[in-house]
Amino acid sequence: MFKEYTRITNIIGDIIELEAEGVTYRELASITNTNGDTSLAQVIKIEGTKVSLQVFAGAKGMSNRATVRFLGHPMKVSYSGDLLGRIFSGSGQPIDGKPPIENAKDTEIGGPSVNPIKRVVPRNFIETRIPMIDIFNPLVESQKLPIFSTPGEPYNDLLARIALQAQADIVVLGGIGLKFDEYIGFRRKFEEGGVMDRTVMFVHTAADPVVERLLVPDMALAVAEQFGIEGKRVLVLLTDMTAFADALKEISVAMEQVPSNLGYPGSLYSDLASRYEKAVDFEGAGSITVLAVTTMPGGDVTHPVPDNTGYITEGQYYLVNGMINPFGSLSRLKQLVIGKVTRKDHGPVMNAMIRLYAKALESKKKISMGFEKTETDEKYLRYADLFESRFMDLKVDITLESALDLGWKTMSECFTPFEVGIKKDIVEKYWPK
Amino acid sequence: MIDSSSTTGHVTGINGNMIVVEIDQGSVIQNEVAFVTVSDMKLKAEVIKVVGKNCYLQVFEDTTGIGVGMKVDFTGNMLAVELGPGLLGSIYDGLQNPLGLLDNKQGFFLQRGQYKDPLSREKTWEFKPVVKVGDKVRGGQWIGEVKENFLTHRIITPIGMHGIATVKEIVSEGTYKITDTIAKIEVNGKVIPLNMFQDWPVKKAIKAYRERIYPEELLITKQRIIDTTFPVARGGTACIPGPFGAGKTVLQHLMSKYSSVDVVIVVACGERAGEVVELIHEFPEITDPKTGGSLMDRTIIICNTSSMPVAAREASVYTGITLAEYYRQMGLDVLVLADSTSRWAQAMREMSGRLEEIPGEEAFPAYLESRIAGLYERAGLVTLHNGEKGAVTLIGTVSPAGGNFEEPVTQATLKVVGAFLGLSRKRSDERKFPAIDPLDSYSLYIEQMESSLNRDLDRDWTKMVSRSRDILRAGAEVGKMMTVVGEEGISLDDLVMYLKSELLDFTYLQQNAFDDVDCASDIERQVVDFKLLYRALTQDFKFNSKPEARQFFTTLQDKYYQRNYYSPDSDEFKKLVGEIEESLVSGGNSLV
Repeated sequence: MFKEYTRITNIIGDIIELEAEGVTYRELASITNTNGDTSLAQVIKIEGTKVSLQVFAGAKGMSNRATVRFLGHPMKVSYSGDLLGRIFSGSGQPIDGKPPIENAKDTEIGGPSVNPIKRVVPRNFIETRIPMIDIFNPLVESQKLPIFSTPGEPYNDLLARIALQAQADIVVLGGIGLKFDEYIGFRRKFEEGGVMDRTVMFVHTAADPVVERLLVPDMALAVAEQFGIEGKRVLVLLTDMTAFADALKEISVAMEQVPSNLGYPGSLYSDLASRYEKAVDFEGAGSITVLAVTTMPGGDVTHPVPDNTGYITEGQYYLVNGMINPFGSLSRLKQLVIGKVTRKDHGPVMNAMIRLYAKALESKKKISMGFEKTETDEKYLRYADLFESRFMDLKVDITLESALDLGWKTMSECFTPFEVGIKKDIVEKYWPK
Repeated sequence: MIDSSSTTGHVTGINGNMIVVEIDQGSVIQNEVAFVTVSDMKLKAEVIKVVGKNCYLQVFEDTTGIGVGMKVDFTGNMLAVELGPGLLGSIYDGLQNPLGLLDNKQGFFLQRGQYKDPLSREKTWEFKPVVKVGDKVRGGQWIGEVKENFLTHRIITPIGMHGIATVKEIVSEGTYKITDTIAKIEVNGKVIPLNMFQDWPVKKAIKAYRERIYPEELLITKQRIIDTTFPVARGGTACIPGPFGAGKTVLQHLMSKYSSVDVVIVVACGERAGEVVELIHEFPEITDPKTGGSLMDRTIIICNTSSMPVAAREASVYTGITLAEYYRQMGLDVLVLADSTSRWAQAMREMSGRLEEIPGEEAFPAYLESRIAGLYERAGLVTLHNGEKGAVTLIGTVSPAGGNFEEPVTQATLKVVGAFLGLSRKRSDERKFPAIDPLDSYSLYIEQMESSLNRDLDRDWTKMVSRSRDILRAGAEVGKMMTVVGEEGISLDDLVMYLKSELLDFTYLQQNAFDDVDCASDIERQVVDFKLLYRALTQDFKFNSKPEARQFFTTLQDKYYQRNYYSPDSDEFKKLVGEIEESLVSGGNSLV
C-alpha cells in the first residue's frame, strides 16, 4: 500500500529532498540505497510536493536513485519489560548481539507533555552519599539536573556512581556521542555494581551517524515514561547533552534556518526543555528523575547550551577540578526536602557553611595578594582547609546524618557560635559542647 | 459580501509549528483563528501572515501528522478569551483551556485538539442588578454583580460597544448561570441580549475607562528590599532580569503570595512545570489574611510551560494581561507576574525564523521592542467612567542569555519599565537572598511616589532611604578598596562605613524566604525596623581600634538578624530591640 519513490532531488548534509504526495509531518520513511543499505528517515519539512527528510544513518554514499518508502506513522520505540538488561543503538536496534524484543508495545517518541495538574510536588530525598550533593544541593525524586563540566572532568564516573548509589527501580542510560571506551565503562560499572539487570541502555557513539544522536534522548525518555506510568521509579542518565545540541545545530544549519546564537537554532531552549520536562512524579504512579551531563565548551557557562539548560533544569552541579563546586551548584528542589524529610538543622548548616566558605575564599584571595593576615583570616583559612578535605573531595562517601554532624564539628573547631549566623535555638541544640 | 465564517482552505506546506494554507473560498482576516482537521482531530491555529491566496498559520499544537491537502476551517474571530465570573481559582493553559477539566478524561498527558469552555456553563451565581430599566450605559459599565469567592465580581456591558445604550430589561436579583440572559440593552436602534460573560481578543487592550492616571501609591510586596529600597507603584511595571539560579522564581512566588492586591495572575510562560505545580498545591492551603479565604481564591494561573506548544506560549502572556484588564474594569487592584518574558520573546523569534523574516539582533525579530513596549503599556492605573479606580501592575522576569543584561530582551524591557530589580549571580552564589543587586537596581517610582511615601510611612522616609543607599554605595567602595589595599590600608572611619553597609545588607536587604516570620514583612514592621536600623547607620560611633569596631558590629549585626525571626509582639523581639537600643546608646562600650 505504501508508494515508493526513486527520485531524490537534493542531498544536503544528512537531509534528502524529493517530490512526494500524501506525506504527513514527522512521518517515518525507510530508505534503501542502491547498494542495499537501509536506513530510516523522518519528514522534517513539507512544501507542496517537496518533502525534506533527515536520514538517521546519514546521507553519506546515498544515491539519488535510492528507494524511499513512507511508512504512514511517526517514529516509535518498542517497549516491554524485556528491555531490561538490553542495549540499543540510537535508532532502537539491539547492539548487544541478542535478538530484537518480541511482543513489544510500540510507543510514540517525543509524545505530549504531562498535564501540570497531574504532577505532584516532589517530596522524596534521594541520598547519594556525596556530601556536596546531599547537604548542599540534595537530589529530589523527579528532579532534572545536569552536571556542568569542562571536557576531561570525571563526569561519567560521577554519573555512574550516583546511578549505583541512588537506588532507583530502573536506570535508563542515554549515551549521546559517547566515546567507545566510555560506553564500555558504563557497561562494566553497571554489571559490577549489579544494576545491569534493571538497566536499559540507548547508546550512540561518536562514530555513529549524527541524526541518530537526536533520537537517543527521546527513545530513552519514552521508555522511561512507560516504566514510570507502571509505577516504577526511573532514573534517566543522559550524557552528553551538548552533543545532542550540536546535532540540532547541524540539522538546522543544513535546513538553512536563521541561527540565533553561535549557530544554534532559535528553538534550542524549547528543544532542550521538551526533553528535560519529561522528568515527572506521576500522581499515583512512578517517577522519572533525569540526571544529565552538559559539557561546557571552553568551560564557558554562558555558552548557549549550558546557559539554556540552566534555565530549564532544576539546578545544576558544577564539576570543577574534580570537585563539585559549592558556588553555582544548585538544587532548586532542595527546599522541598531540607528540614522537611531531613534533619531540622539541615537548612541552617547548609547556608552557614557556604557563607563561611565564601568568606574564607575572600580571605585566601586577600592573603595571596600579600596582605597582613588578621586573626579572623586565620580562622577562615583553617575552615577552608577542613571544608575542602571533609566535604568537597569526591572520594568522601558518608550519609547525610554523619555529614551534618561533621558540619557542626567543623564549624565549632573554627568559630564561636556568634560568628556562624545561625538562628539561636538551632545553635543551642546542635553546637557541639 | 462573503461570510467570513465560511472561509476554507487546504494545507500546502508544513515547517515545524507553522503551516501554509491556500484559501479555497472566502476571505481571511489577519490574526483570525482557524482549525486544521487531522483525522478526527481539529487543531487550533492563528493566521500570522497573508500572501496572495496563501496564508501562514501558527498551530497551537504539535503538528505531527499534518499533511498536504488537509482541510482548514477559518472562524472569522481573533484569538479571544472568555471573561466572566468563575475565572478566579482557575488554572488555564495559554489559550485559556481549563487544565483541571482536561485531566478527567485524558490521564496524565495533554492530548492535542482538546478544547474546553474556560468558564463553567453549569455553575450558578447570585446575581444582583445595579442598573434599572431606562438607565443609560456605555461599554464596559457595571450592570450587576455576583460574589466570586471573596470578591465582588461586576458584570459589565460589552467592552467594545460603541455609543450609549439604554437598558431595556434587567432581571431581578436571583440565581443565574453565565449563559442566562440577564439584561437587554438597545444601542443604535438594535436590541442586544446580555448574559454574564463575553469574549475579548487577547491582543487588543481593554480601554473602556475614563482616563489613565499617574501611579503614586505603593504596591506592598512585603519584601523589604523591594518595598523600601526599590518600590513598585500600584499600576506600575517592573522587571526582574537575572541569570539562572539567581532566585527569580522564588521571588515571583513570594510576590504572588504576599502582595497586598485583590487579584493575582501568574503567567508561567515557557518555564518549568514544576514551578506551577508548587503553586497549584500550595495556594489552596494558604490563608489569605485579607479575606480569610485561600490564596487560590484570588489567583488565576496561566500555565504554558516549556514543553507545551510554543505558539500557545506566545499567546499566554496576552491571555494573562487581558484577564487582568478585565478585573481592573471592576475597580480592582490586579498584579500580573509574567515568568518569563524571555521565553515569550523566544516564541516570537521561533515563528519569525519560520516566516523567514530578516532577523535583528540575536535573531530576534525587528518588532521585538514594540511588542514588549506594547505589553507593558497595558499595565496602568485607571479611573473608570464611574469614578472608581483600578490598577494592573505588571512584573515580568527576564532570563537573559548568559546572564548578560546587554541582550535585546532585557534592553527593550528596561526602556519601558519603572523599576529594575536586577538579580546578581554573585549575590546568589553568596546566598544573599533576594539576590536583587542593591547597587545596580533602580526604581523610578521612589520619586514618583515621594509625597505618598512620606505621608504614609514617615515624614523623612524617602530621605532616609536615599541616605541608606549612599551608605551602601560608600561601604561597597571601601570593600573594593580593601581587596586591593587590605584592611590595614584603610582608615577606621572607612572600616566603620563598610561595617554599616554590611549591617544594612545582611539584616535588612536580605530576607529569608523559607522562614515563617521573615518571609513576609508588613509595611508597618518595615517602617519600625528600618528606623531602628537607620539609627545605627547614621550614628557616629567612637572606636579605639579596628578589632573593637568589628567586634561591636558582629554582635550588633547578630541581634538585628535574630530579631528578623521573631514577630513584633513576641518577648524575644522586645528583648532584642531593647538590647540593640542599649548598645546604640553606649556606642559599643558595654559590649566589648
